[in-house]
This record gives sequence, structure tokens and C-alpha cells, in this order.
Amino acid sequence: MDLLDVRNLNVNFQLKREDLAALIDINFSLKHGERIAFVGESGAGKSILGFSIVNLISRPGYIKSGSIKLNGNELSHLSNRQMRHIRGKRIAMIFQDPMMTLNPVLTVGEQMVEAIRSHTDLRKKEAKNLAIAKLAQVQIASPENRFNQYPHELSGGMRQRVIIAIALLLKPDIIIADEPTTALDVTIQAEILELLKHICDDNNVALILISHDLGVVSRVAERTIVMYAGRIVEQGPTLEIINDPQHPYTQGLLNALPQMSLPGHRLNQIEGAMPSLNDRPKGCAFHTRCPYVMDKCKQKQPDSLYNGVSHVACFMVEDMMKEISDESYDFDEGDGPDNGAYLLSISQQKGDV
Amino acid sequence: MKRIPLLQISDLEKRFTVNEKWMSQWSLNKGRSYKRQNTVYALNGITLTLHRGETLCIVGETGCGKSTLARAIMGLTKPDAGEIHYGDQRIDNLNDRQRLIFRRRMQMVFQNPYASLNPRMTIYQTLSEPIRFHNPHLTRTEVDDKVSQLINSVGIAPSWVDRYPHEFSGGQRQRISIARALSVEPELIVADEPLAALDVSVQAQVLNLMMDKQEEYDLTYLFITHDLAVVEHFSNRVAVMYLGAMCELSPTKTLFDSPKHPYTQALLSAIPRLDNNTQKPIKLIGEVPTPYDAITGCPFHARCPFAQERCIAETPAMKRQADGSSVACHAVEEDRL
Amino acid sequence: MKQTSKEFSITSRSKHWVHLWHGFLSDKIAVMSLLIFAFYCLISLAAPLIAPFDVRDPNFMDLENSEIAPYWIDGDSRFLLGTDGQGRDLLSVILYGTRLSLTIGIFAVLIQGVLGICIGLMSGYFGGRLDNFLMRCADVQLSFSNMMVAIIVMALFQTIFGIASYQHLAMYMLILVIGLAEWPLFARTVRASVLSEKQKEYIDAARIMGIGSGRIMFKHILPNTVSPLLVIFTIQIANAIIAEAALSFLGLGMPVTQPSLGSLISSGFNYMFAGAWWICVIPSITLIVLILVMNLLGDWLRDHLNPKVYKD
Repeated sequence: MDLLDVRNLNVNFQLKREDLAALIDINFSLKHGERIAFVGESGAGKSILGFSIVNLISRPGYIKSGSIKLNGNELSHLSNRQMRHIRGKRIAMIFQDPMMTLNPVLTVGEQMVEAIRSHTDLRKKEAKNLAIAKLAQVQIASPENRFNQYPHELSGGMRQRVIIAIALLLKPDIIIADEPTTALDVTIQAEILELLKHICDDNNVALILISHDLGVVSRVAERTIVMYAGRIVEQGPTLEIINDPQHPYTQGLLNALPQMSLPGHRLNQIEGAMPSLNDRPKGCAFHTRCPYVMDKCKQKQPDSLYNGVSHVACFMVEDMMKEISDESYDFDEGDGPDNGAYLLSISQQKGDV
Repeated sequence: MKRIPLLQISDLEKRFTVNEKWMSQWSLNKGRSYKRQNTVYALNGITLTLHRGETLCIVGETGCGKSTLARAIMGLTKPDAGEIHYGDQRIDNLNDRQRLIFRRRMQMVFQNPYASLNPRMTIYQTLSEPIRFHNPHLTRTEVDDKVSQLINSVGIAPSWVDRYPHEFSGGQRQRISIARALSVEPELIVADEPLAALDVSVQAQVLNLMMDKQEEYDLTYLFITHDLAVVEHFSNRVAVMYLGAMCELSPTKTLFDSPKHPYTQALLSAIPRLDNNTQKPIKLIGEVPTPYDAITGCPFHARCPFAQERCIAETPAMKRQADGSSVACHAVEEDRL
Repeated sequence: MKQTSKEFSITSRSKHWVHLWHGFLSDKIAVMSLLIFAFYCLISLAAPLIAPFDVRDPNFMDLENSEIAPYWIDGDSRFLLGTDGQGRDLLSVILYGTRLSLTIGIFAVLIQGVLGICIGLMSGYFGGRLDNFLMRCADVQLSFSNMMVAIIVMALFQTIFGIASYQHLAMYMLILVIGLAEWPLFARTVRASVLSEKQKEYIDAARIMGIGSGRIMFKHILPNTVSPLLVIFTIQIANAIIAEAALSFLGLGMPVTQPSLGSLISSGFNYMFAGAWWICVIPSITLIVLILVMNLLGDWLRDHLNPKVYKD
């Protein structure tokens, strides 16, 4: 069974005059120990998705429909008190700004011991030992000294390590990291990413990395979910997405990176900007910027289809798949399964991500 | 082909006193009072030459002094020592009035598109103010024409000039910032992390715009960034800074093909890239310290895996290498890398 | 194309005001407050026209008519709200008193505002020693109770120049004293906004363009501090009116011959337990409603004059 299973999740923002859809039909799942990433530009909904999983979306936002299952248990209907238990123990969160999680007036040690003791019945001494062990695990030198320091005495990278240590304290199943390295320098960023990756592998913790940086994602995640205007446009193995992107948006995003063009030449830019929540165009939200736009793109939202490698929500990809499958029907009717297996299963795979 | 370089910076130094209360700077010791100030050494002897028409990128991590350098060049902060020459004239010691003629020649684009435009001024007001200020003889219609031409040239419809900045997206605001910088027809544009706050697809748009404008007006760019992918694509030469000092200055291709300074090597290996995930980043010791004391020796010695006694004792000078790069490193000089 | 651009300018420039106005209309308390405030302004402007008696007329004071209860009690149709101890028509006196109180309040706050804005701008923009000096001045000013300063100044003035010239200049003195006493509030608010605005890059951009300090201060920074200023402006007017009322109540404000709301309440207070409650209560209610309305308006402005709110 999958560790986390999100089905048809819709999250809306209830404003005074309108009910804006922030996330639409989100489907994905996460296996034990798997590292996945949500990628997208600001406003794509990647952070909202991260927060929705732990029911942390604040007031105007609410889960409209859909289910979030952790180990088969439904999370979306849990009360705040039950959810707090899950958040502390089963799912840990790491934010961009470590000071969001760290209390400036308590020492690192006090905060860690408190976190342990509020969820377990360990004694103070045992809790302290556990905390120091975790600090050592995130490669903090002389953890006994750091244990007694205040957050402001630590450097940015060190704080983020402490946060990771705190996240690990209660042996969670999932760590959700929201832009964990955006505020850090490149050399520190590389270290923290390596650390996150190792920590997750060593402890069999699943990781959800939320990032805007495809470079960061490619370093850490096994599977990548690309988001655009509140929807998942493409999801699949990271290597496939980076080497052979299917959705025009993913292609555009990758092609816009400076290393994809010859030095000194113009970059391949995507025209325009992502629509905001209240003026999402009809049909596929990307159609206003898409170089391959067709008439039906403006009318209807394409379904997310599985092509054997990744799930893509695009009519162009759908048409291409249909073409191939039609051809394969023509040539060898009956025993298509090996060359056309994924094409045949398109229709059954809908929504079954 | 010896020409006067556009901008010449020599031995530039800048110290900041940490903003402590005036009262608490005094301390008593054995019956005497002493004045003590915490000083941060932001720039420690930067020497740099910028040639006409080139793009020079300055790369470094937070706190390496790259923004201070930009502000010193633009005359927003006064350097404590050293000289800045623009063409053949010294500009670092000018007052506001004397500097005015240079204001037209050098302009700046800022990092944060949300703070670099006055929220209470329409785009028309923002753009027309410098035009009017520097060309008082222009009539109203001439100014209007110039503004619409300018805004059009950065890809924004002239009919939008009467909107306020909050009605634009980050990328559009950065375009407007570029239009403002171009409004006085400068020769040099100093850009301080102009892409850092933008999304990937918008970054490409803005970078393209900057390249187009360079071609159109024969601009010289001093481009400050931490994004090495942009550097590789965009610049002619790269200067790597660490703790207020220059580590390495090379033509872009040389730097990326054969980085010499240990810090440059670590920096290059740390960049998350799509194509080199097999390569492990070089691990450095610790993090960038805040330079509270005047630096003796190589600024990088505390984190350098190749540091020796000489590195702690003696500050390395920039030495020109065979392939056209300049490196400030004893290890490179002694050939022990 | 010129035409369209001109049209556009009108629509977009007035856009957020239109938005603000719509938000305002949907808030019933705010609308009520504004209506009442407008009513106050109107009657104080038109006081000479609508007051049944002319307060400057020597016959206005007629002791024979003193302490007549309001119309609904006494049935005397000449005096709608009754008369005071000196036989003056209470309605006329209140109309003129409101006029006087509002005038003093508004002009005192104008003095506070001009002084505070200039000091705050300079202090925040130039910083350093000047900032230290001006802010210490503000601290010293604030450490005196405003009331105390006003009392001392007014009392000194009365003894030195005599009651006669004092009665003559009372209004101007009140405006000056209240105006000078509370500038630090404006100065501090402006300084705080300037300090946060000064950090922003658009100020650097203006400096790089070579634009002078004066222009940067007044053209670039000041418009960005308008929202908090407008809020304290309304609330300070209310405070200034209260201060004036309090001083008058203590006998250091407007003379009995030119009563403001405060001196009316003060003189009415003596009759309070002698049965003529209306002389004190009716001006009090007038004052309380005025202050309440101004504070409500100020609160509403504080909540809504935030650029982020009218953004969408």
C-alpha cells in the first residue's frame, strides 16, 4: 500500500465575493522512502498542496473535496487535535525560513526536548540523549555545545540542520520540505540537499520537496510533479521529465534555463506570465502561452494520461498517443500488449495515478 | 588597441560600523573610558577594470561585498579608501552636484522588483521624472513620446503607463526598472541580482531583454549574481568575490572550463545543474563568516582544504595566469593544487 | 492613441478610490459616522445662518430667561433645547460651540501635522545626529503631560496679559498650545514610515537619477506615508477637541462669552444638581457623539487605507 495517497483533491479559497479554486483535481501517491518534488513557478499552488496534505491551509482556504490517505487512514476529515498528532509524529515539515519553526527565546535543546516529550513518554535525560544523537546525525559538529545555544547564535545553514534534526526526532514517515534551501548560499545549499537525501535514505523517510528550482529537484527527487496554475500538468520520474519533457510547459520551463541555449544567444523564453487564480482561462490553463495551442485546448481541460513513463495532461500528447495506438492497431491487431501496452491502457488509467 | 577602460576601480575599501547605540559604544576599563565600535570589513581592496561594451559578472555568496561594490560604484555609499575612475575622471570623491553628469552615464537595476518602483507613482511618473530632470528643455509632448517609446521597447503596451506598479507582475516590473535605467541613455548599467526574485520562465524574458538592449545601445553591464548558469550564458568575464576580496577574474569560458581558485571550484561544483548530477559537490568547512576583523592572510583560508601557514600569514595578490585568468591564491601560485 | 491613454489615466487613477468607496458604502457604521460627521461640519459652517439667535447680540443674554428647560419639558417654543444659567438659547450656543471646537481641533492638528511631518521627514531621511537630536526633543516633549504644558502656558498667559486680552486671543492661543504640544506623534509616525521606505530600492533609484533630497523626501517618500497620517489626523482632531474641552472645563480655555463645547459643559456642571441637567448633558452628548464618530472614522481608515487591501 502506498504511504500517502491523494485523490481528486480540490482546494478552494473562499473570498468575499468568489470561491477561487487553488488546487484542482490533484492526484498523486507516495511510497515508503520515496523522494518526490513539486515543481512550479510562484502561484502554481505547490506550497498550498504541501500545506493541504497536513491540513495546514489557513482560513480562507479549505479542502473542497477529495481524499488524503496516510497509510490508508483518511486525513482530510480529522479534527485539529488529531491532525496535530499526525503533524508532530507522522509528517514533519521544514520551511524556507528556519526561524518560522525555531522559537528565538528557547535554546535548541529545550525545543527539541519539548518536542520529544510532548509526543512520547521519554524522561528528560533520555530525551536529551536522543536530541544530541539527532544533532550528530545531521552532521553538526560538537552537538553538546549546540544543544545549549539559542537559534540566533547559529548560522543559516546550521539552523536548517537543526530543523532537519527536529524533523527527525519522532521518526516521521514523511518530511515535507518547502523551499528548504532558497534562503541559503549555493555551497551551503548543496550540503543541505545532500544531507536531506542521505537522511531520508538512511531512515526510510519519504520526502516531499517543494521547489521552484529544477536543478535542486534533479539533485534530490526520484519523481517530479510539475504544477501549473493549480493543476498537475506532468508527473513522472525526474530523469525522464528533465531529459524528455512531454508537456509544453515543462519543455518551456527547461528550455528557458540558460544552460539550454548557446552562450551569448537569446534564451528560449515562454511568453507571458502564469494566470492568477481569479483569471484562469477556460480550458487548459497553459493555452494562452502554449506554442502548440489547438482549438480544443481553449475549450476543455485535458485529462492526465499515463504514457508508460509519466502522466501528462495535454491534448497534443494525447493526440500523439492516440495516433501511435491507432497505428499499432492497424499493424498488429490482437497482440498489441508489448509494443502498445501503455497506449491501450490509456482509457483505464484515467485518474488512476 | 590601448583604450581608456570605461570604469576602473583600484584598491577599493569599505568598512561599516555595526549600528550600535551611540551610548553603548563606550566602555569603562580601569577607570578610563574607551570608545569601541564593531566594524564589518565589507570591501578589502577590490581592483577591477571594466571595458566598454563588455559584460562582467560578479559572483559570490551572501556577505561577500558584491552589493556594496555596486553601491560604491553608483555613489550610494562612500568608500573608505581606493579610487573609482569613470573614463579618465575620478568619481568616488564627487559631491552630488558634481556627480550629476555621471548619473546619466551609469544606471542601476535592482534586485527586488516589488521595492524598486515607487508604489504611489504611476509608470508614467516614474519614467518621465528622470527624463524631465535630465532634459529640462523637452516639451510635454516630447516627454510623452519618449516615455511611450521607452515602455514599448521593453515590451509593455504604452497604454498601460498610467497604471500603478502593483498592477504589474514581477517580470513586468523588472522590465519597467530596466526602462527607467534606460531613460537617461546610460553607457553602463549595474545590475544587482536582477533575476533573483523572478520565476524561471520570466528570468529568461528579462535576460533576453537585457541582451537585446545591450546590442541596441552598446551597453556595458556590471552584472551581480549568485546564479552561475546565468553567468555562463551571459557574461564575457567573471569576477569571483569572497569576503570582500577578489579570488579569481577570468574570461567566462576559462573560468568554467578550468576554475583555479579552490573557492571557485567549490562554488562551481555546488551549483545544482541538470546535467552534472553525478558530480559530488566539494564540501567546504563551515560557512561564510562575518568579517569583524581586518583580514590577514587569504580571506578563504579558514574554509580552504589547501590552506597552509603562508595562507594565514600573507594575503595573496592577484596573479595573471597563462590562460588569461587572474587568481589570488598561494596554492595556485605554488602549484600545489 | 493619446486620447485612449488620457482616458485610461482617469479610470486607473481613480480605480482604487472607487474600490475604497464601494468598501466604505458596504460598511454601515462607517457610512453613519461619515454622515454624522458631515452633519457636524455643515451645522458648524452654517451656524450663523441656522442658529435661532445671534450670540453676539447684546440682548442675547437675558437673565429673565435663565434655566428654562427644553421644549419637550417646558413647552417654551422659543428655546428648543432650553436656556443656560445666563438665559442664552442652548441650541444657538451649542451650534457656535461646535463650530469653535471643530475649528480649534482642525487648526491645532494642522499645526501638529506640518511640524511633525517636516521634523519626521528630516529626522528619518538624514538620520545620524540630527535624528538623535530631534527624537530626543520629541521624547522630552512627550515626557511632559500635554495637559500640564497647556495649563502652565495658558495660566501664565492669563496672569501676564490679563483676562481682557486673554479673552480676545483665547482661540488662537488654544490652537497654538494644542498644536505645539502634540507634534511628536506625527513626527514619530512619519519617521517610522520614512525609515522603512528609505530602505526600499526605489529611493536608491531616485538618488541614482540625481534627484535632490528635498524632492525625494516630499515627492517620493511623503506620499507613501499618507495612509498612517490620515488615520492619526482624524484621531488627533478628536483628541485636540477633547484637550480643548478639558482646558475649557478647567477654566483655561474659551471664555464664557465665547463658549466652546468644553466651556459649556463646564458652566453647565454647576447647574447639574440644581435640577438644570440639560445645560450640561446636551453639550456633553454633542461632544461625545462628535468624538465617537471621528474615532470610528479613524479606525475605518486604518483598516482600509492599506494599499494591499485595495489591491484586489
